[in-house]
Amino acid sequence: MSRPAHATSEPLIRRDRVFEFLIPKQVDNLDLSHGTALYLEDISVSFDGFQAISHLNFYVDTGELRCLIGPNGAGKTTLMDIVTGKTRPDTGSAWFGQRINLLRLDEAEIAQAGIGRKFQKPSVFENLSVFDNLELSMAGTRNLWATYRAQLNGETLSRIEAMADTIRLLDQLHDMAGSLSHGQKQWLEIGMLIMQNPVLLLVDEPAAGMTHQEMDRTVELLTTLAGDHAIVVVEHDMDFVRALNSPVTVLHQGSVLAEGSMEQIQSNADVMRVYLGTEDASC
Amino acid sequence: MKIPETEDLFKPARGQRSRRSTIVFVTVLIAMIVGVTLCNQLPASNSLHIGNYMVTLLGKYLTYAILAISVDLVWGYLGILSLGHAAFFALGGYAMGMHLMRQIGDRGVYGNAELPDFMVFLNWSELPWYWMGFDSFAFTALMILLIPGLLAFLFGWFAFRSRVNGVYLSIITQALTYALMLAFFRNEMGFGGNNGLTDFKDLLGFDLRSDDVRLGLFIASGVALLLVYLLCDMILRSRLGKVAVAIRDAEDRTRFIGYRVEHVKLALFTLSAMIAGLAGALYVPQVGIINPGEFAPLNSIEVVVWVAIGGRGTLFGAVLGALGVNYAKTWFTGAYPEAWLFALGLLFVVVTLLLPRGIAGRLLRKSSLQAGS
Repeated sequence: MSRPAHATSEPLIRRDRVFEFLIPKQVDNLDLSHGTALYLEDISVSFDGFQAISHLNFYVDTGELRCLIGPNGAGKTTLMDIVTGKTRPDTGSAWFGQRINLLRLDEAEIAQAGIGRKFQKPSVFENLSVFDNLELSMAGTRNLWATYRAQLNGETLSRIEAMADTIRLLDQLHDMAGSLSHGQKQWLEIGMLIMQNPVLLLVDEPAAGMTHQEMDRTVELLTTLAGDHAIVVVEHDMDFVRALNSPVTVLHQGSVLAEGSMEQIQSNADVMRVYLGTEDASC
Repeated sequence: MKIPETEDLFKPARGQRSRRSTIVFVTVLIAMIVGVTLCNQLPASNSLHIGNYMVTLLGKYLTYAILAISVDLVWGYLGILSLGHAAFFALGGYAMGMHLMRQIGDRGVYGNAELPDFMVFLNWSELPWYWMGFDSFAFTALMILLIPGLLAFLFGWFAFRSRVNGVYLSIITQALTYALMLAFFRNEMGFGGNNGLTDFKDLLGFDLRSDDVRLGLFIASGVALLLVYLLCDMILRSRLGKVAVAIRDAEDRTRFIGYRVEHVKLALFTLSAMIAGLAGALYVPQVGIINPGEFAPLNSIEVVVWVAIGGRGTLFGAVLGALGVNYAKTWFTGAYPEAWLFALGLLFVVVTLLLPRGIAGRLLRKSSLQAGS
């Protein structure tokens, strides 16, 4: 099992918090009334002694576009793993909106609650057509019988068609996803993500392997999506981050080093010190 | 930008192709069943006559084809390489065998109406509780599906929930069938030990040794194959079938889209085991015996080889592989008995190297090239 139990190294009784098992899984449906989509508080996780994340606090507002940068090993991907249920933190809490406790849900439940994720390596279903890839990702019930009985109707069909148009894959609609170019696969995966209609999108390195035109188009796509969806973008390419023109959070050694606009970040002394001499010093 | 016709969107090219292969398969299978039945009725002097020996042999192959479909369903479409499917086949076979034993009644060697011969031989005084109910055919029919299904469900529940994958899962399935083989070899289990169950007399009042009943069993196997094929085809063409392929190719991605991968795997694995059980139940009355040898790990591996040669990921490929390899086996073991395993090994290597998608993959490529797509 890839799920370590919650560490219980802390004293058994602490008056400022309730027992782990008393924290409900989900009080109600998604509640975003306070304007914050994601709360990560005091998160720590270590793998075989390596502290990947330590006492991290991270908040994402609804409809916000946020960039997450940091040197290799800063904990960016681990953070995404925690939010999507792939990794369980040793301590801390993670809530989606006010009422959904992410630490008590599994990957599929988190996805159904409204968090979508694009992986670093484009991972599309290579032996299914572009159409099928989009169809499977489309929001809807996911239980066995409903999936077996699912039929396409005019509305869902035009949604798939419109999405294929948006990601410029209409001509390849019935081609196998495996036959697409690297950039096209990246787009297909972004398209799949949007088809899920998530409240929060986690996008890991969307610009990797893209040409400049493709990159511009991706920036355009992401900026249009922000507002309707909260988006967290992890990216190494500083030109791309600059083009997104959004607040930036810098991670370093598993905690937040700085937060602010790109200009503020670039003039921040701590950030300069961390990046200086490292491979990622492209900014 | 060109917008395709809505009509085209409803019928993706691939769907059309799979529909065509289904029609071809169903037609060929029905033609074969009818053809063999008619040829069997011809007088023995006619050159087209098919003897009873051949009919029973073909009937046995058809049950192997059903078994091959069940393996293809989980391996070819879901990516679970099961090296223990013969266990489900044998369990279905044992359930049928128990019913056939009860049908013998007092016609056994010891003439005991209460107990099967082997129990009399072991000085057992009464029928064990788990033999109760097997006098009834309806109960047996239920058990044929339920016992393999239940075992697969429990096995899958623990294996898939713990996310056991790939080669580890294959090894566990292999261990499962091996453990069952050892268990069924024991006389204390009450399933006839290493002799198994045999000396069957009749099924539903029909004498199993009569030629008409043998033909009937052949037809029943053909019809079962047809229905199993159509059932699997229906499932695989639905959205659930696409999810299965998605799990096969990128399991984590499927999970992050929100599908319960474990549930899909569990459902299809259980269904697959039930299909294997049905195959075993049709197999036993035709060969006249079921013994623990059917659980042998090698049997499960052979099924995988049939599917690989026929072409995994296509249902008709699995059928083609099962029929073709078994026909070759019968011929080879008659002509060059000691060369068979070498020939099978060579065939497997050649197919893996030259036809990675099996015979079916080759056929499909040819037909799609001809269609000009």
